[in-house]
Amino acid sequence: MTLLPHKFGPYGGQFVPETLMPALIELEEAFVAARADAAFQTEFNKLMASFVGRPTPLTYARRLSEKLGGAQIYLKREDLAHTGAHKINNALGQALLVKRMGKRRIVAETGAGQHGVASATAAALLGLECVVYMGEVDIARQEPNVFRMKLLGAEVRPVSSGTKTLKDAINEAIRDWVTNVRDTHYLLGSALGPHPYPTIVREFQSVIGREAREQMLLDAGCLPDTVIACVGGGSNAIGVFSGFVNDEQVELIGVEAGGSGIETGKHAARFGDPSRGRVGVIHGTRTYVLQDEDGQIAETHSVSAGLDYPAVGPEHALMRDNERAFYTSATDEEALSAFQTLCHTEGIIPALESSHAVAEVIKKAPTMRKDQVILVNLSGRGDKDLNTVIKELN
Amino acid sequence: MNRIETAFQKKPIFMPYFPLGYPDLETSVNVIEALAKNGADLIEVGLSFSDPLADGPVIQQATQIALEKGITVKKSLEAVKELRNRGVDIPLILMGYYNPMLAYGLERFIRDAVEAGADGFIVPDLPMEESDEFVEATHASPLQPPLIQMLAPTSTDERMEAIARNAKGFIYLVSVTGVTGERREISNDLGELINRVRAHTSAPVCVGFGISTPEQAKQIGQLADGVIVGSSCVKMIGGSPKPVETAKQFAAEFRSALSELRK
Ligand SMILES: Cc1ncc(COP(=O)(O)O)c(C=O)c1O
Repeated sequence: MTLLPHKFGPYGGQFVPETLMPALIELEEAFVAARADAAFQTEFNKLMASFVGRPTPLTYARRLSEKLGGAQIYLKREDLAHTGAHKINNALGQALLVKRMGKRRIVAETGAGQHGVASATAAALLGLECVVYMGEVDIARQEPNVFRMKLLGAEVRPVSSGTKTLKDAINEAIRDWVTNVRDTHYLLGSALGPHPYPTIVREFQSVIGREAREQMLLDAGCLPDTVIACVGGGSNAIGVFSGFVNDEQVELIGVEAGGSGIETGKHAARFGDPSRGRVGVIHGTRTYVLQDEDGQIAETHSVSAGLDYPAVGPEHALMRDNERAFYTSATDEEALSAFQTLCHTEGIIPALESSHAVAEVIKKAPTMRKDQVILVNLSGRGDKDLNTVIKELN
Repeated sequence: MNRIETAFQKKPIFMPYFPLGYPDLETSVNVIEALAKNGADLIEVGLSFSDPLADGPVIQQATQIALEKGITVKKSLEAVKELRNRGVDIPLILMGYYNPMLAYGLERFIRDAVEAGADGFIVPDLPMEESDEFVEATHASPLQPPLIQMLAPTSTDERMEAIARNAKGFIYLVSVTGVTGERREISNDLGELINRVRAHTSAPVCVGFGISTPEQAKQIGQLADGVIVGSSCVKMIGGSPKPVETAKQFAAEFRSALSELRK
């Protein structure tokens, strides 16, 4: 029996080798105890303020709103968090848990490199050893983040198996964890994997939604009509959604990577491609997974490394079934175009992942009234993507 | 008496692992037949998965090649049937990850596997907490094939007791904290670990992960009821220009290393 619910309806669970089960139980116990411990909360909140720079601002996107001519658009600025993305919220939270559990080493996977950088940063801050697994394809397309991780003292281990992207980096991180589980914590970077990870990651990312809700009421004087976030594994989305999930009138929209287009099969839209996105089990959790008829995990494609993953966090699967949230996708082309639009209209260079959310704003805002409001979670900044964007735009 | 019980009449038994479809389907069937007819007491027949997170490099590569050559669950079950047609009568336990089984349809998978001649299942990503669905699906089959339970060095006594209580067939004891793959040395604590397991069950206790040589098998055979050899088997046979000959020799060597202990 788990201390916390280990499933989201039929999704989630703990599909891992026996070797890891005791570590998951230990992690859950540590998390439950830490959550109830005022000293832990104080320490976490203090770091969020003094180290991460929280609360991150809410920015009214005046020129973008005018250009689109419909809803008023607000940006939650996770790109301004230390290390440049929301990933730091979860990385620091888990790293504090690691200290609490008395472990000395963390392993992490990374796609875009943002979670790797966040983990390396948390490890440097708290004096932990850090190994980051990263697919060779991602190492090539997110090079600046590889340097950052190394500068922060982490070891970056290239992964050459399978598709050489995020999925395979997770496989290798889990293999390392199985081998070194006695002194090593797996610092998983998104709301996926076996219980208790999806719950822990949501909790540490829920600060986004809490802040944003307060800021909306203060700055805009109302709740947003629609909240939009990109969905890789689903951590920034679940973080911002969690602030509004009980406000039934607020529409929640997640944006998956449409890659070259759903019809081409080259994408990462788990919900968007019913022929291949079916319920299955991968990386310890039951959820929607892109797979072939034989249950082999499909290759995915996205211009953004952070969305290039064949499964989606289990809580999103439930929210989609319940129709509490809706999921759509943006193609590479739409994301690149949204990237440029935000640069030109607002002076903000967004991450390619976040650009998928902006792409949906560009489609959606003109269909809304001027007195309606969209909140978009700008999950990260785009410095890491400059090489990719320059190449794609040429 | 079913095939698994028959196999454990004399212990310790030799249990090699080999994946279907590697280096190609035809060869793998010949290899498994050769292992069975030259000393294996039970064979773990591997089903391939794109993301084998409990496996080290040797089995990862072999199963990847099997997938590239077009292995599927359906073809694997046909191969099991072919092995039975060729007179292989030792227990064949299908070992594979959960998702391909789910994609095939769990009840249908178990029914077709039993019909083809499989005697049980090992699913490394299905711990006690998640195994109800699978176990219930096995009840639909008249044979009630066992889902072999795994224990690890990290399992607490509490978990060992709960897991061993419902054990059917045998217990698969993972000898090291880690993924599959050869190890140079055997852990000193293995005897103690086996004793901890035996305190909770009378089912046979078989040890796997990291056993590579007949000498190691003999050492472990003094403590355990069965010796599971995976990566080393795959590497030796897969890397040989004459896989079937190597398989015969491999099985004979391990079996002879265990033979003085068998009673
Ligand atoms: C800036 C940014 N946004 C979004 C994501 C996608 O992850 P998630 O869906 O967990 O928020 C990533 C992942 O690397 C990222 O770096």
